Amino acid sequence: MRRGRTDIGAIASFVGLARDHNAGSGVQAMTLEHSPGMTEKALAALVEEAKSRWTLLDVTLIHRVGRLLPGDPIVLVAVAGQHRGEAFAACEFIMDYLKTRAPFWKKEETPEGERWVDARASDDAAAARWNLP
Amino acid sequence: MKLRVLYFARLRERFGVAEEALDFSGATAADLVAQLRSRGDVWAEELAAGKALRGDVWAEELAAGKAFRVAVNQSLVALDATLPEHAEVAIFPPVTGG
Repeated sequence: MRRGRTDIGAIASFVGLARDHNAGSGVQAMTLEHSPGMTEKALAALVEEAKSRWTLLDVTLIHRVGRLLPGDPIVLVAVAGQHRGEAFAACEFIMDYLKTRAPFWKKEETPEGERWVDARASDDAAAARWNLP
Repeated sequence: MKLRVLYFARLRERFGVAEEALDFSGATAADLVAQLRSRGDVWAEELAAGKALRGDVWAEELAAGKAFRVAVNQSLVALDATLPEHAEVAIFPPVTGG
């Protein structure tokens, strides 16, 4: 992201990790399902939306699919801007948008068996702050 | 018109189908959901043994007010969206990535 350029003043990044517990149970692994085609379209759209709201110099967004173990990274967002304000804000925006709009679904393996993770109302509330289209 | 309908995650598992081609005579995404919801009854007539379970699952998951999402040609839409000919319609639970 920084290679070959010196105009960047701030890079904010977020890494989401697979936890070893959720909702009162141990989690031994999780599998992320996605909707091929729609996923790429949704991720590109949310990066474009971020770029339309802030002056950003670069954005990297990577989301994994398939089976992941506790401690594995799930998602990376890195945003480069001239100043920290837009970098922090855009990074948070992209995650809030992704959490409610990008077609990924987590299925956890627990000692009690497999279970689909339920969407959280707090994610909807976080996304609502941004007045998404 | 002809539609291609995809199901993902929990809905794919509960319906026991990932993808199907459908003849659709309605206009909107809501019409399609209503058509699918009515399968509870159709399958109740056609499939004696498994009817209750499968009918219940469709009716339960696609009940009015139940949380699910619809995308048409890979973009999220509201239920009043009109479905174009040969649309790819995806129906899925609220997303949980990130």
